[in-house]
Amino acid sequence: MNIANILARKGSVAVTVRPEQTIREALALLDRHNIGALIAVEGDHPVGILSERDIVRQAARDEKFFVRVVGELMTRDVITGQPHDDLLSVAHTMTERRIRHLPVVDKGRLVGMVSIGDIVKAQRDHYQGEVDTLQTQLLADDRGRAR
Amino acid sequence: MTPSPGTPERPLRVAIIGAGPTGFYTADHLLRSAKVVEVDLFDRLPTPYGLVRLGVAPDHQKIKFVTNVFDKVAANPRFRFFGGVEFGKDLTLADLKACYHQVVYCTGAQTDRRMGIPGEDLSGSHPATEFVAWYNGHPDYRDCTFDLTQERVAVVGVGNVAVDVVRILCRTAEELATTDIADYALEALRQSRVKEVYLLGRRGPAQAAFTNPEVKELGELADADVTARADEVELDPLSRAAVERSQDRATQKKVEILKEYARRQPAGKSRRLTLRFMVSPVELIGDAAGSVTAIRLVRNELYATSTGALQPRATEHFENLPVGLVFRSVGYRGVPLPGVPFNESWGVILNDKGRVLDSDSKQPVVGEYAAGWIKRGPTGVIGTNKPDAAETVECMLEDLAAGAVLEPAHPQAAAAEALVRQRQPNFFSYADWQKLDAIETARGCAQNRPRVKFTRIEDMLAALGR
Repeated sequence: MNIANILARKGSVAVTVRPEQTIREALALLDRHNIGALIAVEGDHPVGILSERDIVRQAARDEKFFVRVVGELMTRDVITGQPHDDLLSVAHTMTERRIRHLPVVDKGRLVGMVSIGDIVKAQRDHYQGEVDTLQTQLLADDRGRAR
Repeated sequence: MTPSPGTPERPLRVAIIGAGPTGFYTADHLLRSAKVVEVDLFDRLPTPYGLVRLGVAPDHQKIKFVTNVFDKVAANPRFRFFGGVEFGKDLTLADLKACYHQVVYCTGAQTDRRMGIPGEDLSGSHPATEFVAWYNGHPDYRDCTFDLTQERVAVVGVGNVAVDVVRILCRTAEELATTDIADYALEALRQSRVKEVYLLGRRGPAQAAFTNPEVKELGELADADVTARADEVELDPLSRAAVERSQDRATQKKVEILKEYARRQPAGKSRRLTLRFMVSPVELIGDAAGSVTAIRLVRNELYATSTGALQPRATEHFENLPVGLVFRSVGYRGVPLPGVPFNESWGVILNDKGRVLDSDSKQPVVGEYAAGWIKRGPTGVIGTNKPDAAETVECMLEDLAAGAVLEPAHPQAAAAEALVRQRQPNFFSYADWQKLDAIETARGCAQNRPRVKFTRIEDMLAALGR
């Protein structure tokens, strides 16, 4: 399984924000879409990611952070995935590097975002499916009739 | 205001399109819910089970045991099957909206991806799925022909379809004679002159999709020697690091098995199967008559993407592999359904967790859903479609609770059946299928085979006395 299979059932492309938008606007987007991170884009091109973490960190230091802009708070050094990246590698990298949101880019264009929750769900469904298939085979007798 | 459907007086009426595993799992989840649901399962073919009947290899009967689960679902009095009824042709979306509160598309990934290389359409080059559908007795593919007088065959891809195809090509007629392979295919394969079979993977052994039991089986064929190239089964540094890091025992074992194949001395069997890695086809070369004579391959190297996934990249090293027959199995995608929004990027119905979305507004379309491969793409084993279907059914029940269902003019089981009878008088019910199943198994019993399949719709009708 690869990340394209996760994006296929997520419908919309990732929620984006422009670096010059304010944190207040960004918070409204996070709230409206019930998500944990926004991708900052210039055109189709991702230039950063703004997560709950980035906002909390700033909120603890600066009470006036609402009026600052996304470009000041976002993480610029973003790790991105490609649609054909396999689930195991992505799960490993996200776990090891403590990444909770992975923008997915195809030929330089943003095509979606997967969260660590998406990855965990996909892995759970994958294993559940395998167990189910094996059980079905084990629970039949030699002639294939249900026992 | 009428009460919302889902009660004994007013059952929730659901049409499911596609009677493969996902169609049955979706029906199962719906019928087990706390609401009173009536399910009509449609398939364009007369027979149920989808790829379990027409995709799973005939020498893998155990995988087909899952039909026991489907038969239990079908035994529910609130379940009906309408085989031989095609969505978009016999019944339109508008027809279904007149009879059902909800419609679920479970049509799978019906087409194969092309390799996108010159010569792909030469005579002797086929999608692997056509060969699979042919040997499994799919009525639409039973009259396909494959030139099995060729001695050398390449199968592009290392997923389970590719592995099935090489295995069937390498099996003896005696091995196949005890399976439920289509009779005509058994006869054609009995005459096969295939001697050299190549399975071509674009990445290395650690990335190959086939499972360990599948690869082991290739080493136990009655009359085919299996081999691999020592230089190709040796892991490159990136793959070795990835395998060590993940402590993935299954992959380590897979590589060991393949290394053992590379060391094996041929036992003088009639056929030889060679497992190749790190090569991609760049061209099919043909003769003056337009038939394939060779496949041109480029050697690949692997590189790590930013997430650590290993992807192939072509080098400057090429080789020509002489072959007269090529089967491609490099991926699958869904086929758009008439009037249903489609996501071209991923080859699936445009959806969010199974809710079909409008192409423009990207908002859910009331009453329409998707599950299985047409929802997430072709991945996973049969059982993976069970949690997938559960997610879609959860959305359906949420929408029902919120009152977001279709408002059919004729929400009665009898009205739906009358419409089907009018459009497709020769439809097949589950009882019809059970009669055909009994005949197929009885015919099989006489020949010590699981079943002898019907492969023509006319023959099925005749057997039912129609």
